[in-house]
Amino acid sequence: MKPRLLITLLLLFIALPLVAATPDMPRFRWESFTTANGLPDNHVFAVLVDGDRIWAATENGVALLDGGKWKVFTTADGLAHRAVLSLALDKRTGDVWVGTMGGLSRISAGRIDTFNQLNSGLSNDVVYGVAVQGDYIWTATAAGASRYNTRTGQWSLFNERNTPMYEIWTYAVTVGPDKVYYAVWGGGVLEYDIATERWKDYNDPDGETEIVLFKDQGLIHEITTSVSYVDKILWVATYFGDSRYDGRNWHNFLTKDSGLPSNFTNQVKAIDANRAWFSTDKGLAYYDGTNWAIYRPALDTHKPEMLLRDVAGAIKKIPVQSAPAHNYILGVDFQGDDIWVATAKGLSHGIRQKNSVAIAGVFSTEKAKGKK
Amino acid sequence: MSSRSIRVASKPQVIAVAIAVAVVFGFLAFTLSAKAKPDSDETRYLSPREMVLSLDGRKLYVLCEASDEVRVIDTNSSTILKVIPVGHIPRGISLSSDGQQLFVANSWDDTVSVLDTRTLKVVQTLPTGFEPNSVVPDRAGKTLYVANRLSNDISVIDLQSGQEIKRLLAGRGASYLALSPNGKLLYCTHVYPKLAAHRTPPESEVTVIDTERQEVIERKSLHNVAGVFHIALSADGKLSVAPQLRPKNLVPLAHVEHGWAFGDSLAIFGSDVGGVVQVPLDELERYFAMPYAAVITPDKTKLYVSNSGAESITVIDIPKMLSNVHAPGGPDANDLSASANYVVARIPVGRNPKGMVLSGDGKRLYVANRLDDNISVIDTTSDMVVSSIDLGGKQDMTSLRRGERVFYTARFAFQGQFSCANCHIDATFDGLQWDLEPDGFGVDIVDNRSIEDLSGTEPFKWNGGNPNMATECGPRTEKYFYRSQSYNSAELADLVTYVMALPLRPNRYRLQAGELTASQERGKAIFERTKYKNGKSIPEANQCAYCHSGPKYTNQKLADVGSGKPTDRSPLIDVPQLTNVAYSAPYLHDGSARSMEEIWTVFNPHDTHGVTNDLQKDELNDLIEYLRTL
Repeated sequence: MKPRLLITLLLLFIALPLVAATPDMPRFRWESFTTANGLPDNHVFAVLVDGDRIWAATENGVALLDGGKWKVFTTADGLAHRAVLSLALDKRTGDVWVGTMGGLSRISAGRIDTFNQLNSGLSNDVVYGVAVQGDYIWTATAAGASRYNTRTGQWSLFNERNTPMYEIWTYAVTVGPDKVYYAVWGGGVLEYDIATERWKDYNDPDGETEIVLFKDQGLIHEITTSVSYVDKILWVATYFGDSRYDGRNWHNFLTKDSGLPSNFTNQVKAIDANRAWFSTDKGLAYYDGTNWAIYRPALDTHKPEMLLRDVAGAIKKIPVQSAPAHNYILGVDFQGDDIWVATAKGLSHGIRQKNSVAIAGVFSTEKAKGKK
Repeated sequence: MSSRSIRVASKPQVIAVAIAVAVVFGFLAFTLSAKAKPDSDETRYLSPREMVLSLDGRKLYVLCEASDEVRVIDTNSSTILKVIPVGHIPRGISLSSDGQQLFVANSWDDTVSVLDTRTLKVVQTLPTGFEPNSVVPDRAGKTLYVANRLSNDISVIDLQSGQEIKRLLAGRGASYLALSPNGKLLYCTHVYPKLAAHRTPPESEVTVIDTERQEVIERKSLHNVAGVFHIALSADGKLSVAPQLRPKNLVPLAHVEHGWAFGDSLAIFGSDVGGVVQVPLDELERYFAMPYAAVITPDKTKLYVSNSGAESITVIDIPKMLSNVHAPGGPDANDLSASANYVVARIPVGRNPKGMVLSGDGKRLYVANRLDDNISVIDTTSDMVVSSIDLGGKQDMTSLRRGERVFYTARFAFQGQFSCANCHIDATFDGLQWDLEPDGFGVDIVDNRSIEDLSGTEPFKWNGGNPNMATECGPRTEKYFYRSQSYNSAELADLVTYVMALPLRPNRYRLQAGELTASQERGKAIFERTKYKNGKSIPEANQCAYCHSGPKYTNQKLADVGSGKPTDRSPLIDVPQLTNVAYSAPYLHDGSARSMEEIWTVFNPHDTHGVTNDLQKDELNDLIEYLRTL
């Protein structure tokens, strides 16, 4: 073999993986549901994917999209309250747990059972978050954390008296194989170790100030709104930026030094250790570990918009025909490659398109300009 | 060889040896004789409750609730082949699809016994939920489903690992499971109605499970229905039948003479029917109390229903019943004249007939007469009892057993409408609130109380009006309930003996060594406290442990705890015992508190029912955790 050919093959061997690793940012065709096509209310607090079925937590009940038709569960059906804030699926049983402004409900094969602070051991009727851990149902309420044992009916409450929770307004909860995490609105993050049954808190090293003195040295802010724990990586959303914690190091995201469209984040939901979706008040953001994509109606023109930001901070606008229903995003869930998005003005279905946007291609043709 | 070995024995020695030989031979003879019979304890009654047949029909496996065993009967010779001990108070039995395993639900042990049908031995014991009452394997023999009556759920057990992999939410009092003929669906019925808003019609459900997904996919609502027992499915899967009770608990029981106590009926559904419909079993002037099991013949021409309180089997012509269902106007479960259109026979059998099983060819129907310890064999062509299989068991009749028979029969009530067991299902309760006295609509509503372990809890009734059980079961029952005076004094004495001997079910919330969890310990301290959190003394009469004192947690007195309603004639309420209080929701004398929490969060605004308003929510939870251990 000639040396030149050998070198060429060697270069190809080195370059091919790099080409393959060139990040592609997902492109979606967006379809939205509102009261005009079956949703009971346009204000959608949360969305849950249950196989082919979609559950939407709205300000006027729970809506279930099944076989192309919406079925609505209201207080007349036994739902705890009309304003529904959170949803969780028990994948083993198919039961759906529903956090509302008036208690916790369980929807099981159409039957609704409700737990509130009067008829059960639930700590408070305002249930911001709910998560399933085996036989336990964890809830984040306005008066601390509650855990319900579905086998024995026992309620365990966690608050300032038995955890490091100095603020009891728990706002979100997520469950992993070994840990349970709580976003405590004004109280940072609480971690529950399932094996040891011990609690630990994570707080902003800057205290409750909104000045970031110690970036990447801890949680970005005490006013946390959402937690996501995937592949032993903790992601935290706050109203003042977002954080990623690998158990050793913190990395924080702010609009000024990342592709976040806003520091005001309602939810973070991770796909894996490196990729996550951020629901902000200025659009939906996707982070692939390096680059960012934003999906929203443009803030000025309200026309569909998709923005890309590469690692160097260059921004490129991608022509798109559709966008989520509104740029105030409250939450997402995944359905294969598709994404479902809860917004303040409807529920949107992002249908993944085959022609993803290759970051390398976009930013090699011209130097991106403009601001988001 | 030593000289001792050849020494001639003396006369006393010969006698001693002879005695020893006689003893040995006698022992051997006794042992062999005993081995010729099944190993069994004939000092106990058996109370056969459920049965299954082997695949070849030669063996009948009879589950005996009172003796904790399975008796294996040779169906040709009607002899007992084997007695197999299982767990305590077994209530459910089923056979694997290959016929090689039997599964028995041991209701007081919270286990399932797995029996090998070749060796007829228990080979495995599997843990379940609280009070398993029915057990069914899937067709593939990989998964076992268990209906748990007290935890209100269905255990899903992986048979290979023996591990319970999940619990599915059932209705209240999950009690019976039946697999569809194609094995794809599993149906669960419930003996108690759902906990619902106070003084609303009872509702039950049939829970439907997809055995492939192992998830509940449907809950069929049964309106105005409380207890539902077995469920039978036709061979073609198009018809399902569940015997049930329709209680009339929202009107005064004074209307017994008008038939307003219970409707013995069937819930039927499936593609032969459409939605769920209900049809009566009773006749205009004769009732067939406590329908329990149902069996459909292979050709779907006949349906047999055991009337456990009426000591009979009802035979229904299925085409006629379906014709009635589809007639203009549809069926009316309260129209007792309708049963004449499809009931073709009532076959008298033994006392308290429960489970039934049909031979593979449909020609023989076996009926377990629970309180006679025998099996009636019915020829399904003639619809007559052709033989009886004696299962053995204790032969002499005790007052306790006679009392049990009085408790479970409806023959003492006007037109045979109901028995004690109608309201006290399996000697517990029914989850209903009744308007018992003839004092007008909605006056003095009372919640049905559990009747376990009653000694030391007198007086009885919520107003403490009956000083002893003889009064409770005697004149009161006859006058207000049965509308007849049919007991004699001996029967009443037997009934009292039986009721007062009813044991306490095991408490599932107590740790094995009697220790308390940290939460229960904190709750105990709250229960026993004598001071408010601010340090002031709580008046003695307002301390939990003052009224709820003694071994049964009652001081056996009347108290006004502020739970009286304007419709109550007196605010004074009998202090109830708290033993096994966890199982008997709803609470308070009228059942207005659907959960223990509501006793204090809703119905104790002025701290008249113990001091609870200075408690944090987690402290109230601790108190409840402690109460569950009592």
